[in-house]
Amino acid sequence: MPLTSSDVKRIAHLARIEITEAETELTLVQLNGIFKLIEQLQSVDTTGIEPMSHPLGGSQRLREDLASDKPDREANMKNAPVQQDGLFLVPRVIE
Amino acid sequence: MFEKSVAELGRALAAKQVSAVELAKLFLDRMERHKDLNAFLDVRPEVTLKQARAADARIARGSATPLTGVPVAHKDIFVTRDFASTASSRMLKGYMSPFDATVVENLARAGMVSLGKLNCDEFAMGSSNENSHYGNVLNPWDKTAVPGGSSGGSAAAVAARIAPAATATDTGGSIREPAAFSGVTGIKPTYGRASRWGMIAFASSLDQAGIMTCSAEDAALIFNAMLGFDPKDSTSVDREGEDYTRDLKHGVKGLRIGLPKEFFGAGLQPDVENAVRVALAEYARLGAELVDISLPNAALGIPVYYVIAPAECSSNLSRFDGVRYGHRALQYGDLDDMIKKSRAEGFGPEPRRRILIGAYVLSHGYYDAYYIQAQKVRRIIADEFQQAFRRCDIIAGPVTTSVAFGFGEKAADPVAMYLSDLYTIPGSLAGIPGMSIPCGFGAKNRPVGLQLMANYFEEAKLLGVAHQYQLATDWHRRMPGEFTT
Repeated sequence: MPLTSSDVKRIAHLARIEITEAETELTLVQLNGIFKLIEQLQSVDTTGIEPMSHPLGGSQRLREDLASDKPDREANMKNAPVQQDGLFLVPRVIE
Repeated sequence: MFEKSVAELGRALAAKQVSAVELAKLFLDRMERHKDLNAFLDVRPEVTLKQARAADARIARGSATPLTGVPVAHKDIFVTRDFASTASSRMLKGYMSPFDATVVENLARAGMVSLGKLNCDEFAMGSSNENSHYGNVLNPWDKTAVPGGSSGGSAAAVAARIAPAATATDTGGSIREPAAFSGVTGIKPTYGRASRWGMIAFASSLDQAGIMTCSAEDAALIFNAMLGFDPKDSTSVDREGEDYTRDLKHGVKGLRIGLPKEFFGAGLQPDVENAVRVALAEYARLGAELVDISLPNAALGIPVYYVIAPAECSSNLSRFDGVRYGHRALQYGDLDDMIKKSRAEGFGPEPRRRILIGAYVLSHGYYDAYYIQAQKVRRIIADEFQQAFRRCDIIAGPVTTSVAFGFGEKAADPVAMYLSDLYTIPGSLAGIPGMSIPCGFGAKNRPVGLQLMANYFEEAKLLGVAHQYQLATDWHRRMPGEFTT
């Protein structure tokens, strides 16, 4: 089932990527091409097959819940686009 | 000296025939001379020379490893403290990491000297290096051809002997395909062998670091220092360290090489097929047995990959919000608008496309139909490899359907570009080790790669099988004309 322009706008919103009308149309054509490729999977019989999320199976390794790194605030903030007094600045979210 | 292998450079350094500083200057000079390849994104001679001086001091102290003083360059997917780390994206322009990736740290600990950061496809998404925000990398064999991708800078730098070795990463073929297109040796190990700590994430269930070199022997030497368990990566495999050079001397007599019939079907160009068949005949001459095998669902690898990789990429790339690091738009309204504009400007077209596919296949009502179904078919493909390995020790075939294509030939059509990875994706989905070694030339005198794959954790065997071929042939020693002096 091909996507529509409103699908593209909806997923662009979900992904938090601004998209213009012109981009929406081009993206629609490209995504429909890619989904045509992906649709092949729908005809594969996968009854009784476990999904594979990790090539080697097993479960996620856990570690002791101990503080291991001492955060270096200055080093970790030096790439911040906008900051003040050691805090990240963003537009006001609570009026 | 620039044409020497990593092994030879290590011996020359140990014998004091050359110093690490002299080698660093030699390669920095070549880099400067061949700037037009656009292989490097960040070069800082003062950093490189400082590391080289430390390597010379270590050699003088008598505490050197076989790699101390040998230069290496890093794909700009690994974060580095001393060089900018951008993932070839506008999103991370100028980003300075507070730490080094484990792979980078491991090679530095062995004494390797870093030459700088290598261009690649943005966030490692692409098969031609045309998706870099910082421009195309040229193929040293033919500057009108792509070097392959996503590790295009790594492949071009090694092919042009601007770096004796370069780190790379492989998610669906990003080491093997550029190695084939640029005529170098490239290997990805078993998923979980190399630490992903500090490797900018694309698709976490597939991403794996590897190396590009001029020979399998060099790759084995570097793997000894580069791989190993890392508690900082939760998918790192906790196994004893091993000597990856141990099988280099093993002959291939009696080795069963499986040829998947699906890798020799429609779409494979005759020039590539011919070079690959001649290479396989060489293995037969050396005593290996060629066995016909089948990977019936290998072709479904592409649709599986283009669900799983975008899904995981949309999740991984959600961290780029213009708040803590990365690009922030100049003008915006509220917080949502700031994030949307920053991401639209910071990401190039291919990451944007993949994020959108990922967001769709993971969205409510589609998750089972796409993502879970793709994970199930992924298991079918992985199981077929295990069936195949009952009948053979190594799987061999072409890396790509054709030699390197020209700039712009596939750039406008994402689906045509995605089909470039037909033969490399199945091994990535299974998570097995795979490599590409040079095996001749095809149309327009562009290089052809032979793909070799082994079962989980059999890197040493794989490297031995490749080395035996390189002892009997000299394709891996060929250099593109312009770069021989």
